[in-house]
Amino acid sequence: MTKTTIPEEEFTYPGSTGCPGCGANLVMRYLLKGLGDRTVLSIPACCWAVMPGYWPSNCLKVPILYTAFEATGAGISGLRAAYDAKGVKDVTVVGFAGDGGTVDIGLQALSGAAERQTDAIYVMYDNEAYMNTGIQRSGATPWGAWTTTTPGGATKNYKHEPKKDIMAIMQAHGIPYAATVSVAHPEDFVKKAQKAKSLKGLRFIHALSPCPPGWRMSPQLTVEVARLAVDTHLFPLYEIDDGRLRITRKGKGTPVKEYLKIQGRFSHLDESQVDSIQKTVDERWAKLLKRESEGA
Amino acid sequence: MRMVMTGNYASAYGAKASRAEVIAAYPITPQTSIVEKLADFVSSGEMNAKYIPVESEHSAMAACIAAETAGARTYTATSSHGLTLMHEVLMWASAARLPIVMTNVSRAMAPPWSVWVDHMDSVAQRDTGWMQFFCESNQEVLDTIIMAYKVCESRGVMLPAMIIEDAFILSHTSEPVDVPDQEIVDSFLPPYNPELKIEPGKAMGFGSLVRPDQYMEFRYKAMQAMRDAHDRFLRVEKEFKQVFGREYGGLLDTYRCDDAEVVLVAAGSTAATAKDVVDAMREKGQPVGLARLRAFRPFPHEEFRALASKVSGMGVLDRSYTFGAAGAFYTEIKASVYSCQKRPVMKNYIAGLGGRDITPKILEKIFEDIQLTAKRGGGDEVEWVDVAGLPRRWR
Ligand SMILES: Cc1ncc(C[n+]2csc(CCOP(=O)(O)OP(=O)(O)O)c2C)c(N)n1
Ligand code: SF4
Ligand SMILES: [Mg+2]
Repeated sequence: MTKTTIPEEEFTYPGSTGCPGCGANLVMRYLLKGLGDRTVLSIPACCWAVMPGYWPSNCLKVPILYTAFEATGAGISGLRAAYDAKGVKDVTVVGFAGDGGTVDIGLQALSGAAERQTDAIYVMYDNEAYMNTGIQRSGATPWGAWTTTTPGGATKNYKHEPKKDIMAIMQAHGIPYAATVSVAHPEDFVKKAQKAKSLKGLRFIHALSPCPPGWRMSPQLTVEVARLAVDTHLFPLYEIDDGRLRITRKGKGTPVKEYLKIQGRFSHLDESQVDSIQKTVDERWAKLLKRESEGA
Repeated sequence: MRMVMTGNYASAYGAKASRAEVIAAYPITPQTSIVEKLADFVSSGEMNAKYIPVESEHSAMAACIAAETAGARTYTATSSHGLTLMHEVLMWASAARLPIVMTNVSRAMAPPWSVWVDHMDSVAQRDTGWMQFFCESNQEVLDTIIMAYKVCESRGVMLPAMIIEDAFILSHTSEPVDVPDQEIVDSFLPPYNPELKIEPGKAMGFGSLVRPDQYMEFRYKAMQAMRDAHDRFLRVEKEFKQVFGREYGGLLDTYRCDDAEVVLVAAGSTAATAKDVVDAMREKGQPVGLARLRAFRPFPHEEFRALASKVSGMGVLDRSYTFGAAGAFYTEIKASVYSCQKRPVMKNYIAGLGGRDITPKILEKIFEDIQLTAKRGGGDEVEWVDVAGLPRRWR
């Protein structure tokens, strides 16, 4: 019998209403494998507010508190305070929000929760746009991407601004643990979730979450595109544990064009634009290696 | 124990006496001394609660919502811009059927900036599904917080309540207040123990998506709950009187209305002044009365109808204004009494916005104007009181 390298137990039932190939489904699946059944989730407006299914169904084996879009940081603060007040032990409070609910409208509440050292895990599943409302740009949409509010057109109005660096923002709060995870690397993902669980204070997990309809790609490419994001160094896997940065998967250094070319949202980019993305990725990767060697 | 304290301290003592377990709050003038006092209570260990110093009022309410869903009794306090920032989550709290109790120190909205009393902030939250109790004394503030928890948490209600203090007039004015013994409060108000709460190991969804064929039933039940809160409140106040010896007149506190020919309806601290004016006018043989709107929600519909069929004139004083209509109290009271067989001539007075004083003299003139209007017939006007540039002199 072969032994799996991640826990076999599943905490998701069939019945998620996510699209075929939804990366966010896998994010939830691996996260819960790492955290287990004493998890309580706080989920704001986002695709995952819909995916558990219509009331009274719940495709997860853990409870969910649905909150207003911008309220995840406050939701986890309230849950934690109540469990502390009531003496409820052995509970992992988790905020689970999209990129828009995290880097844009929910940033204030998240910042507050981090500054207050709220004892909870905050997971941002990053599909790089407001997908629930139909693929509008967010602060986490990468430079050059097409969305319905950066639609190109005669003025070539694609996303003109780079992606917000949420990991740097969270690190600047001095939180005990922050990590990036990918659905193409479940062992690394689950290990980081388990580590986050073992710590106290606000722990932050940034999960790249491929979205076939939003990224304009075929659903069977979800894991492949996630793997390419790591291999191209576009989405490096690392953790910052008590201020020390460690890269957990080096990736092959595949050219970014391999990642870009399988996604329709980047199909309008010309060669020089791809080159400039490559240059930015290389610079950021070099910086990350340097930070790792310097231990920060 | 009898102490001299402000309305804000009365709120803090009310939350403490009610054994709130989680407090999440954000400072705003003139609410600040409530949260400071609660921070003191928690820091000194006098109060066994978790205090979350949130970064906004929106988060204050969102944190209370989460904590209450997890089974903790919660309390917060705010005012004006803080309350209106909460608007989205106020709706959330009531629709989630969470019996959160909050003090709102009612203050005018900017611009122009004003930190003084009016009721625009509270009235603008009318449709959020919260009970609203306007208070006229600091003792009433403390007592209503204790009563509110009991009403809100009762099984057939499960709705939140807002206790409203007039900015500065109550919030920063000291009066003697009786702080009840903790054991007596404990015997009156049992610990919060909801039927359902979010807890590890129970895979439930709180606030899941519903279809159009499911949604209306949730709203219908909330409507019934608010309706039933009316009688529930009266029963709780009766019980409160038996235990503490104090009562405040139900949802519509009528003062010398029994044989009155005309009455004025007012809420909050103005009502206390108006009661003095009623006494003075009664001494001069004028049959006037004062009906203090204590609860805007649940609305004292039957009380108003009973009152309306006894009087010939009814003035309604609103300390807020609904642009394009009239004062919100006025339009609601008018609608409520419309189908009475016998109904009075009515008139709306908009007064005291942004902390402008509503003096006894002004109130007396309002009573006289109601008398005149009732005699003349007609009415149904909206008059702005004591505004520069208008012909009528009120001072
Ligand atoms: C206050 C508020 N504004 C806007 C919305 C509409 N809305 C719901 S989900 C959503 C986008 C969510 O984007 P993200 O957080 O990235 O999650 P995703 O849907 O991509 O998974 C928006 C704009 C809302 N629910 N509440
Ligand atoms: S739109 Fe994207 S993120 Fe949302 S359910 Fe579909 S695949 Fe998942
Ligand atoms: Mg998104």
